[in-house]
Amino acid sequence: MSAAPLLKVRDLGVTFRTGDRVTVASTEVSFDLAAGEVLAVVGESGSGKSVSALALTRLLPPAPTCEVVGTIELAGRALTGLTEAALSKVRGKDIAYIFQEPGTSLNPVYTIGFQIGEAIGLHRPDVTDVRAAVLAALRDVHIDDPARVADSYPHELSGGMQQRAMIAMALACDPKILVADEPTTALDVTIQKEIMDLLARLRRERGMSILLITHNFGIVANFADHVQVMRKGRIVEQGPTAQVMGSPAHEYTKGLIACIPRLGQRRHRLTTLKDELKVS
Amino acid sequence: MNAPAQPLLEVRDLSVHYPGRTTWLFRKGPPKKAVDGISFVVPRGKTVGVVGESGSGKSTTGKAIIKLAPLTSGQLLYEGQDIGALSDAAFKPWRKKIQMIFQDPYNSLNPRADILGILSEPLEIHFPELTKTDREARCAELLTSVQLSPDFLRRYPHEFSGGQRQRIGIARALAVQPELIICDEPVSALDVSVQAEVVNLLQDLQAKLGLTYLFIGHDLAVIEHVSDHILVMSQGRVVEQGTPAEILGAPREAYTRRLLAAVPKF
Repeated sequence: MSAAPLLKVRDLGVTFRTGDRVTVASTEVSFDLAAGEVLAVVGESGSGKSVSALALTRLLPPAPTCEVVGTIELAGRALTGLTEAALSKVRGKDIAYIFQEPGTSLNPVYTIGFQIGEAIGLHRPDVTDVRAAVLAALRDVHIDDPARVADSYPHELSGGMQQRAMIAMALACDPKILVADEPTTALDVTIQKEIMDLLARLRRERGMSILLITHNFGIVANFADHVQVMRKGRIVEQGPTAQVMGSPAHEYTKGLIACIPRLGQRRHRLTTLKDELKVS
Repeated sequence: MNAPAQPLLEVRDLSVHYPGRTTWLFRKGPPKKAVDGISFVVPRGKTVGVVGESGSGKSTTGKAIIKLAPLTSGQLLYEGQDIGALSDAAFKPWRKKIQMIFQDPYNSLNPRADILGILSEPLEIHFPELTKTDREARCAELLTSVQLSPDFLRRYPHEFSGGQRQRIGIARALAVQPELIICDEPVSALDVSVQAEVVNLLQDLQAKLGLTYLFIGHDLAVIEHVSDHILVMSQGRVVEQGTPAEILGAPREAYTRRLLAAVPKF
């Protein structure tokens, strides 16, 4: 890893307030992300992995409903404390997101081409031929017939094609960091493999960093350089993928890995976290 | 397979075709062949796993067995009797024998009914002789059997986690003492830790109650773990079937090999 990380996060915490109820979604989250690195974040639902990623560009409700503390530095520049207008220039341009359900993240009443064009118009005002840029973006994610896809509405495309279009949109502005929040959870394994291979290739070609949120340890093992395990809003363990998966230090990580049925290793009974941790 | 003389369920040449979309005025497109002539056997007390990608027809197969999808042709032999052609009214006794568990524990429970209401409904239909007190006692017993507290009877679905809701869905299926349960992706929406608990629960219940499962899923490792026999489906057809060792150890079809190769290993 190079001396200065691309993204430096220290003591990030997110707290939600609704009425008199206070929910700490994440706390004391600290990590570095180097240029070109893939960092995987794993954990169960509600462990705070998505919320921490959304907090990077404050894609969360405003205070006082949602309080974000800690420091976030992107290439030496503090993102915490930026105005909404300044942050909207970071979103999409420096840090882009793709989500689990491409079908619900895309606007159903506009064509794919229009939506990608919108992102380009917003972050790359110097581009004069938007249509050409849109087609180029679709070609970059290895779509063979970019014109047809550009003129399609989201519902006319398959789930895998929708996710490709989402990735094309996210990458159209050449972000430094791509946050991929469960990008393949809703997809079939064969499509999942295509999407992950595509992300791996794009990362190599562009030197882009990826923050990959997933609960699939198979994907982590094959794709991530580093991994961070979250539980109840905290990072319980982080380190190089081979180390965390090969010899997990934390009981929780061991338990989580032990729960997963593996192909070709049939067991009489699956291990549960309760067996592993004794207490819940 | 050394199946006993008569399997619990035998599916013969089952097809479910949906009419094609009207394309130009009255011209119909070709019918959509969701399930296209499949045959398999479900032995009593065993688990038959069905694996395939979305659109392969695996869920439609499950639905066709309990008449939630219309049969185009073929036979469903339940203990030798063809139940495929029965009217809804004539099918009622089999609704008690065949139950279903759904993928999405959030959408398959009525949000406005408490747990007692959700579990009582099938009892009121299939066991009208039970008194209100009997029913309540039975519902409490059902919750215990899925390892939930009987105190939950007065609570509502939104108060539960995904794993707890799936247990409630299982309890509802068990209410009528079925023989065969169609499990349609029962753990796909759950965290891995919760998935392991629900899979173990289903296996414990099978051992205790002698249940037979048709277990539909897309996670090959889960299907391998639970199944005695596996069907691999693609485009409405069974491309390959066999024991887990055969399917995973020595797949004969290119499609199965491609499916296996796509699973990230670790």
